[in-house]
Amino acid sequence: MSDYNFAYLDEQTKRMIRRAILKGIAVPGYQVPFASREMPMPYGWGTGGVQVTAACLTPDDTLKVIDQGADDTTNAVSIRRFFQRTAGVATTEATEEATIIQTRHRIPETPLTEGQILVYQVPIPEPLRFLEPRETETRKMHELEEYGLMHVKLYEDIARHGQIATSYAYPVKVEGRYVMDPSPIPKFDNPKLTANPAIQLFGAGREQRIYALPPYTEVVSLDFDDHPFQASKAAHDCDLCGAKDSYLDEVITDDAGGRMFVCSDTEYCTSRRAAGHKGRLWAPEPEGVA
Amino acid sequence: MIRIENLSKSFTLHNQGSAVIPVMAGAHLTIQPGECVGLTGQSGSGKSTLMRMVWGNYLAAGGSIMVGDTDVAKAEPRQIIALRRETLGYVSQFLRVVPRVPTLDVVAEPLLALGTPVAEARERAADLLQRLNIPERLWPLSPTTFSGGEQQRVNIARGFAHPYPALLLDEPTASLDAANREVVLTLIEEAKARGAAILGIFHDEGARARVCDRLVDVTGFTPKAAA
Amino acid sequence: MTLMEKMTATTQPLLKVDGLTKRYGPRIGCLDVSFDLYPGEVLGIVGESGSGKSTLLSCLAGHQRADLGRIAYDGRDVLAMSETERRRLGRTDWAYVHQNPRDGLRMGVSAGGNVGERLMAVGARHYGEIRGKAQDWLGRVEIAGDRIDDRPSAFSGGMQQRLQIARNLVTSPRLVFMDEPTGGLDVSVQARLLDLLRGLVRDLGLSVIIVTHDLAVVRLLAHRLMVMKSGRVVEQGLTDQVLDDPQHAYTQLLVSSVLQV
Repeated sequence: MSDYNFAYLDEQTKRMIRRAILKGIAVPGYQVPFASREMPMPYGWGTGGVQVTAACLTPDDTLKVIDQGADDTTNAVSIRRFFQRTAGVATTEATEEATIIQTRHRIPETPLTEGQILVYQVPIPEPLRFLEPRETETRKMHELEEYGLMHVKLYEDIARHGQIATSYAYPVKVEGRYVMDPSPIPKFDNPKLTANPAIQLFGAGREQRIYALPPYTEVVSLDFDDHPFQASKAAHDCDLCGAKDSYLDEVITDDAGGRMFVCSDTEYCTSRRAAGHKGRLWAPEPEGVA
Repeated sequence: MIRIENLSKSFTLHNQGSAVIPVMAGAHLTIQPGECVGLTGQSGSGKSTLMRMVWGNYLAAGGSIMVGDTDVAKAEPRQIIALRRETLGYVSQFLRVVPRVPTLDVVAEPLLALGTPVAEARERAADLLQRLNIPERLWPLSPTTFSGGEQQRVNIARGFAHPYPALLLDEPTASLDAANREVVLTLIEEAKARGAAILGIFHDEGARARVCDRLVDVTGFTPKAAA
Repeated sequence: MTLMEKMTATTQPLLKVDGLTKRYGPRIGCLDVSFDLYPGEVLGIVGESGSGKSTLLSCLAGHQRADLGRIAYDGRDVLAMSETERRRLGRTDWAYVHQNPRDGLRMGVSAGGNVGERLMAVGARHYGEIRGKAQDWLGRVEIAGDRIDDRPSAFSGGMQQRLQIARNLVTSPRLVFMDEPTGGLDVSVQARLLDLLRGLVRDLGLSVIIVTHDLAVVRLLAHRLMVMKSGRVVEQGLTDQVLDDPQHAYTQLLVSSVLQV
C-alpha cells in the first residue's frame, strides 16, 4: 500500500463518477458526461476505464484486467499493477473469481454472472461520430431517436464490400431506445452484451463520457432484413486448446507463411488446457509458441 | 365564352416620375363559342394590351373579363393558372421555353399538365408537328435554335395541342410561308368548328377575312382624356 | 369548367402563412408575410440580397424560429409542433434543397447512401429495396446507375445538385423548399436542372417554394411570384403578370434592371 487515497482518486471525484455511473445505469445506453480527471497514463491507455474501475472498487474486490482478451499484455499488466499499488486489492486472471473486470476490446469467453462488473475502455463513445462530426447534432439525433444515419454506415459497408464489413465497434440499440457504441469489441462479442447478468460500464476518458448496461438489458445489433447481423470469427479451432466457440487471434509463426489460431482470451485457453483439452499444435510447453 | 365589360387599364411608371399613362377605358367585347373576333387598330392602339389582359398577363384597372365562369380581372392567380391549363389557350408571337427540352415535349407539355398519359400527349404533339411541316429530325431538338418561322410553328402546335374552349392568337400567321399559313388557318377553322371562342390579332388581311366573323377596332377603347 | 371548379373549390391550401415576422434585434428579417400555397403550386420569392427572402425561407422550413405569425401545414400548426414532429416532417413530407449541394449532401457517403438516408431515417430496413429505390431515383435525375457507389465529391456541380434533389424527393415529400437551386451552376447545366424540376413538379404534384434572384428561373418554374424588399412583400401575383406588368416601384426597377440577352 502507498500514500495514495484508496484506488488513486479522491473521494469527491469517485462520488462524481459514481453519480454518472448511476445515471448511466438508470438510462441504459445514454452517454453521461463526467468531469474526467488527468490520470497517470496517456489518453488511449484506458483512462476512462480506470476512473470507472477506481470509482467501483472496494477493498474486498478481486480485480481482473484484460487487453484484447489477454491478461499478460502491457496495458493489462500496468493497469493491474496500478490498482495493486493504489488500492491493494486482490487480483486474478480467472474470470469467474473476479468481481470487477476491466477490459480493452473483448468480453471474456467464460459467461459472466450476477454481481460481477465489466468495465470497458472506450476510445470514441459516439457511434454517430464518423458520419456526423457536430456534437450538437449527434446529441439532438439521440434525443429525437433519429438513427437513420447509423444504417447509412451499414448500407455503405454492403455497397462497398457486399456485406456488413464492420467487424468491431459494431453499433447496437439498447432497450429499443439509444444507439450505442459497444467499444471496439469484435462483433463476435456482441451477442454477449444482451441479457448479460453482469453490470456493464463504459468509460471514455478523453471524451469524458460514461454509459452503462444494467444486468439483463436487451441489446440488439443493428442490421438489414436482407443482411442480418452475424457474429463472425475465424473459421478455425484454437490450435492450443481446441476450442471451437472462442474468438481467435491469428499468430504468424515464421516467415514462410506458417500461422496458427489461438484463443484471444488467454485465461479461457489456459484453463481449458489445464482441464485436458488439446488443440492441433498443442505442445507441453505452450509458452514457446504464444 | 369571353365577355369583356367596361375594361380599363393604365400604367404607372414609378421610376419615371410616377407618370400615369392611361391606355384603355370602357372596353366592351363579347365572343360566342365558335366565333372568331379580330382586333384591329394601328400599332400601339392597344391590341396586344387587350389580349394580354384577357390572358391575365396585364392587370386590369377596372371592369371585368369573363372567360367562361372566371373573371380574369379579379381572379386569384391560381384560378388563372387553372383557367390557362384547362380553358384558355394563347399563341403568342414569341416562344418561351426551357432550353434543352425537345420540341416534341414542348408541344406535348400542355397535355401533360392536364394529366394526359405521356404516349398519348406525344402522339398528339407529333401529329401537330407533322401537319405544321416541322421535319421529324428536329423533334428531339430544343426549338431555341430554330429559325423564327419554325419557332412560330412550334408555338402554334403547342397552342393547339389541347382543345381549349377559348383561344388567343397573336399574329399566328406572321412569318409563315403560304403552305404553313394554310395549315394554321385550317387549324383555326377546326377550332371554331368544335366551338372555340377565338380572339385574334391578324395583320394578314387575307387571313383576317377568312377566319374572322367580326372585327373590333380597339381605337374605340382609347381613353378620351389621353387623346 | 367543372374540373376547374373542382380545383378551385375543393382544394385546401397545403401551407397557410399568416403574419410571419422575424427580427434580428432592431433589424427586420421579414415582416408580416402572409400567403397560401396550394398543392401542385410553385411559388417564387425574388428580391435582392438582404431583402429577407432567405430569412423567410428558413423560418418556413423551421430552421429559424419566427417571432410572430402562424404557419399551418395541412391544417397543422407548425410553430406549435414539438421539435420531434417538426424534424419528422422535415424528412418525410418536406424537403429542402440547398444552394450549395455540399450543404445538403453527405460528401463522405456514396450517392446511393445519400439517396437512401431518408428512407432509412423513416424505418426502411431492407438493403435491396433501399438500393433499388436509390437506383430508380438516380435514373430520374439523370445520373447513370453505375455511379451509385461513387461519392458526390467525384461528381460535377450539376450532378451534385441533381443528387441532392434525388436525396430529397425519395420519400415523396409534398412540399419542397429550394434556396437558389440553380445558383452557382453553368447556364447549360441550369437549363437541364430547370427542365428536370419542371417535370418532377408536374409528375409528382409537388408544391414548391423557391427563393432566387434569377428572374428567368422563376419565369420558367414558378406559377406565382412574391417580390420582397427590406423584409416586406411589396408585390405578389401570377409570375408573368408580376414580371410583365409590375405594379410596385421596386418590382419595376428589378424587372427593368435585368440584362436582355
